[in-house]
Amino acid sequence: MIRVQAADFDVGAELAGFAADDRAIGGICTFVGLVRDVAEGGAQVAAMTLEHYPGMTERQLEAIEAEARRRWPLKDVLVIHRFGRLEAGDRIVLVATAASHREAAFASCHFLMDWLKTKAPFWKLEHTGDGESWVAAKDGDDDAAARWDGADDGE
Amino acid sequence: MKILYFAWLRTKTGIGEEDVHPPAAVADVGALVAWLAARSPGHRAAFADLHLVRVAVNQDYVGLDHPVKEGDEIAFFPPVTGGAR
Repeated sequence: MIRVQAADFDVGAELAGFAADDRAIGGICTFVGLVRDVAEGGAQVAAMTLEHYPGMTERQLEAIEAEARRRWPLKDVLVIHRFGRLEAGDRIVLVATAASHREAAFASCHFLMDWLKTKAPFWKLEHTGDGESWVAAKDGDDDAAARWDGADDGE
Repeated sequence: MKILYFAWLRTKTGIGEEDVHPPAAVADVGALVAWLAARSPGHRAAFADLHLVRVAVNQDYVGLDHPVKEGDEIAFFPPVTGGAR
């Protein structure tokens, strides 16, 4: 399931309700992304505004979820991504994957984060003491996503 | 066609969205970019370095050679930076 929202989420409540009725699930892997208080150049980040492309964001995230399900035998997937103004320390993103075995849960959670960073249309505007600036994409993000090319199955 | 600009492309063009009706000769993304860039100094600045611009037609990523037509939704934006570091 994909959710794109301005509101914060409660990690405990989300996980308590996630895949709760499936007794074949052996493990759930989660990743929670936070707003760091330091920019790439070392400046102090007070807050950021996450802009996104409504419609395309959901469409791309659904495609990424479908790709993860194609690669691993997943029982369930949850991706929550926030947009709007976020303060340092705030939660940005939650990825949770449920599978019979841990390897699929770990690998698919990692894959989902790497892929959504390079494919989901979000842009970060950082607010620092010097003003505001758009965060540039890093080559490292493409490299992290590319490592999954050809790595078709985590089993 | 409906044109959308996000992040610094929106800042540079000064608009988030515009409806345009280019001549029929503008048949692919590359030709559309050249036509849009001539609309204002802000547009020209936004499209100055196409290596920094990503394009989606009807919400799917495409290249500069992808065809465009009346009724399409075409979005221009920088490489994405979602998720966490």
